[in-house]
Amino acid sequence: MTADPLLRVEGLQVHFPIKRGVFVDRTVGHVRAVDGVDLAVDRGSTYGLVGESGCGKSTLGRAVLRLVEPTAGQVWFDGTDVASLSGEPLRRMRRRMQMVFQDPLGSLDPRQDVESLLSEPLHAHGLGGGRAGIAERVRTLLDAVGLPSAALRRYPHEFSGGQRQRIGIARAVALEPDLLIADEPVSALDVSVQAQVLNLLEELQERLGLTYLVIAHDLAVVRHISDVVGVMYLGSLVEQAPADVLYEQPLHPYTRALMSAVPVPDPVVEENRERILLAGDLPSPANPPSGCRFHTRCPWRQETRCDDEAPVLRELGTGHLVSCHWAEEIRDGVLTPRSAEEVAATMGVSIRATGVENPESDALVQGLDAPIERR
Amino acid sequence: MTAIGDVRRRRIDELAARAGQVPEGEGGVSLTRSAFRRLRRNPVAILGAVIVLVFLVVAAFAPLLAPRDPLAQTLLSEIRPGFIPGATAGFPLGADELGRDLLSRLVVGSRQSLLIGVVSTVLGVVVGMALGVLAGAFGGWVDTVVMRFIDILLSIPSLLMAITISVLLGQNQYALMIAIAVTQVPVFARLLRGSMLAQRGSDYALAAQALGIKRGRIVFGHVLPNSLSPVIVQATLSLATAIIEAAALSFLGLGDPDLARPEWGAMLANAQPFLSVRPELAIYPALCIIVVALGFTLLGESLREALDPKFRR
Amino acid sequence: MIIEDLPPDAADRSGRPVLEVDELTVTFRRRGEQPTRAVDGVSFAVAPGETVGLVGESGCGKSVTSLAVMGLLPRRGVEVGGSVRLDGQELVGAPDRTLRGLRGADMAMVFQDPLSSLNPTVPIGTQVTEVLLEHRELSRKDATAQATDLLDRVGIPDPARRLKEYPHQLSGGMRQRALIAMALACRPRLLIADEPTTALDVTIQAQILELLRELVVDSGTALVMITHDLGVVAGLCDRVHVMYSGRIIESADRHELFARPRQPYTGGLLASVPRLDGVRGAPLHPIRGSARDVIPWAEGCAFAPRCDHAQDDCLTEVAGSTVPLEYDGPGRELRCRHPLEYPRSPAGATAAGAAR
Repeated sequence: MTADPLLRVEGLQVHFPIKRGVFVDRTVGHVRAVDGVDLAVDRGSTYGLVGESGCGKSTLGRAVLRLVEPTAGQVWFDGTDVASLSGEPLRRMRRRMQMVFQDPLGSLDPRQDVESLLSEPLHAHGLGGGRAGIAERVRTLLDAVGLPSAALRRYPHEFSGGQRQRIGIARAVALEPDLLIADEPVSALDVSVQAQVLNLLEELQERLGLTYLVIAHDLAVVRHISDVVGVMYLGSLVEQAPADVLYEQPLHPYTRALMSAVPVPDPVVEENRERILLAGDLPSPANPPSGCRFHTRCPWRQETRCDDEAPVLRELGTGHLVSCHWAEEIRDGVLTPRSAEEVAATMGVSIRATGVENPESDALVQGLDAPIERR
Repeated sequence: MTAIGDVRRRRIDELAARAGQVPEGEGGVSLTRSAFRRLRRNPVAILGAVIVLVFLVVAAFAPLLAPRDPLAQTLLSEIRPGFIPGATAGFPLGADELGRDLLSRLVVGSRQSLLIGVVSTVLGVVVGMALGVLAGAFGGWVDTVVMRFIDILLSIPSLLMAITISVLLGQNQYALMIAIAVTQVPVFARLLRGSMLAQRGSDYALAAQALGIKRGRIVFGHVLPNSLSPVIVQATLSLATAIIEAAALSFLGLGDPDLARPEWGAMLANAQPFLSVRPELAIYPALCIIVVALGFTLLGESLREALDPKFRR
Repeated sequence: MIIEDLPPDAADRSGRPVLEVDELTVTFRRRGEQPTRAVDGVSFAVAPGETVGLVGESGCGKSVTSLAVMGLLPRRGVEVGGSVRLDGQELVGAPDRTLRGLRGADMAMVFQDPLSSLNPTVPIGTQVTEVLLEHRELSRKDATAQATDLLDRVGIPDPARRLKEYPHQLSGGMRQRALIAMALACRPRLLIADEPTTALDVTIQAQILELLRELVVDSGTALVMITHDLGVVAGLCDRVHVMYSGRIIESADRHELFARPRQPYTGGLLASVPRLDGVRGAPLHPIRGSARDVIPWAEGCAFAPRCDHAQDDCLTEVAGSTVPLEYDGPGRELRCRHPLEYPRSPAGATAAGAAR
């Protein structure tokens, strides 16, 4: 591991314009999907990004790959600012940073068989050394993700969900990338299959020396796989810490609420744990609350300062960053939380769909982050 | 362990080894092939295909199949005001008011009707798809310009369009084909554009972009092939409407003036004065139009079902 | 927002079950295809005030079971066998009119996707009052007052105003609350919730689960919770039935089930999900293959191909009979010939550890 992080994101913003108008589209506002995020991912490590739908985590992942255009900020990948690249250099850069998608079926062209799916990126980048070389490489890839070579002539719809995700992973690692961004890699899979894919990701990381940015809403999954975890709320990072530290001592009120809400498959734990219910829903990213963005739902909100002054990320322990004015007081128990009902009563909770006034923006944000339904 | 025990043990191990593997044997069924399989199993599709095929064969071999010369005027001696002879020996469906064999005219007429239908639809599909690809692949201002053009085309009534084109090109079968094709163009352009825009936003298109695959290859290699299903369905259905429209325009006298080429719509128009005397003169060509249109419609609807992603498994 | 003002008669806690499902089978017949049996002899009962979980992965038949109970499966191409009794009244084969009268009044259902379960063109209020007007003799004015009351009970703030809003104007969590309000409108004896929180975020999920918990305690409604999430089950259900390939393979009270899962499938599920409270970096033990790798129950245990404990007598051709669902200690039932064993009650052995 070198001192330089492989990926460094600085002040990244992605704003989607909200267009309105009958004849000429007028921009009437912006959805601040990602609103000023800094993070760094060390070589060979895994950075986990958690948050609920609409928090901008998927948009962030896509902006790093330039699948959506950043509005401002830099994405330094191995010393190059990806945000400034375009055309052919960008295409060549993409070889080194790959993505695994949430929906394994949707991300594979239904008309391609597995051989064509896996060899296409190699052709596109002139890798693999000719027809025979590529055929050999494709076989090795299949083997690496635990699929038999009988799979070559088959089409995506003929596989189970877990197998499709294996194909997606094989395709992503075909180009021997340095960075793999996995956007909800297991949330569309059956429970018994999720572990197979998680184990595969870990095994590949070890074997190929990959660096991961894993984006997920499932805190248990993120904790399992990550070295460092970042928690996003409404477009910005509210807390970041080494995985163990974060789960042992979450400092931000949102992180605490999030962790207390995750169901644990153990009745004894379920009956005895602290439960922090949040009031209301996520406010619209088109019109985020003033001051601390979490203050409308925060059980620890303190008058005026939380409403007026936006907190910045500050370091409270080694590598433990948190953006809350009262993190120390909350940690030491000086401040006590209020119930969701009290918060709701004082804040007049928003229960509107995010961005109702701007249905387009709603679709945009929710479309990017919405969890896939499981059947 | 006994030999039998070994066999049993192996059976369980074999099952275990198979878990998570892809099944042997059949497989590798592409979407096109599985759609075709579903089509073949659908009796409605078979019926539609048989109807269409019969008409196509008749049209292709019309000169050989027609029992008589469709232009030769025989039986003239028997025709008098208020009477046109019905089926007689050698004239299974009777003759028309000029003593021409009705069956032969229907058989030969299928050529013209199907030809106009097929040519105009193909023309409409090709031009429509070209515009659709242009709009769908480039988006932005190209899309805006193309779509406004399409809107203009859509706002002109097809009859007016046909008359105008006939005036411009002279009244012949080509004018008819072009007139019908022009009315088809917007349908296909919009369909393909919409379908391509939807596919462009799909995960696999995004995945291809992330893999660093070139833009042209994404559009023409991935997006376009996956956008074609609704176009194929619509083209089949449009064949039916094109044939009906061709007949309708001929009926209104905008058809091919060349009397040497009988056509169902024109036959229908000619039969009008004799409806009370011999309604068969109108009924038979009308029946032909209805049945062939039905054939294409059945085929189109079953194609829609077969290509429906909901049935992919 | 607590559901305390339901009449006391609803909180009837006599031991008689509200719902009895007995040997339920559902077979789908599609043109040109082999008939498939989605539910294959499922039996369970739910008492008033009890929460029963049906757990399993996609395709295990849990949702089909719930639709069959509600009589919501299409008549064409579907054969339902066995018996479903609601308060002793047989529902299988009952005429549509009877079922319509019961649905919404005596039994109600909450679905996974709140947006598509609500009519997008009709205001929430109309949709709630509709249910009330359909099943109870009420004037429109009274129905509206009741609807306001209902929305308030499920925790929707400012209910009078919300009544006039359309589904798309509400957030996902609020839509699910509105659906629950509709389901509760006529104080049903039975509520079936089919993955009610799967489409929601965890913080919203926590709110909805809390609401369901209160509902069961306060009104004595019998709740059937259908989910794939073992965490949800652990926090909510009294009794759990684990389903696999159309059959129940293990039934137990939740404490028993999570402490000592006996079916290797249940144990495998617990060992394969990462836990928030476990040791980080503890390796996950996936179940091999996928739900596709089943064998028909007639040939043996459907889970055998994926099971590490499978032996030859798990197959019918060797054992001479199919694997039955049998008594397995007090309150437990099990369908397995080689279940997970536990050393004599060392209390506190974690499920995940013991499963391996």
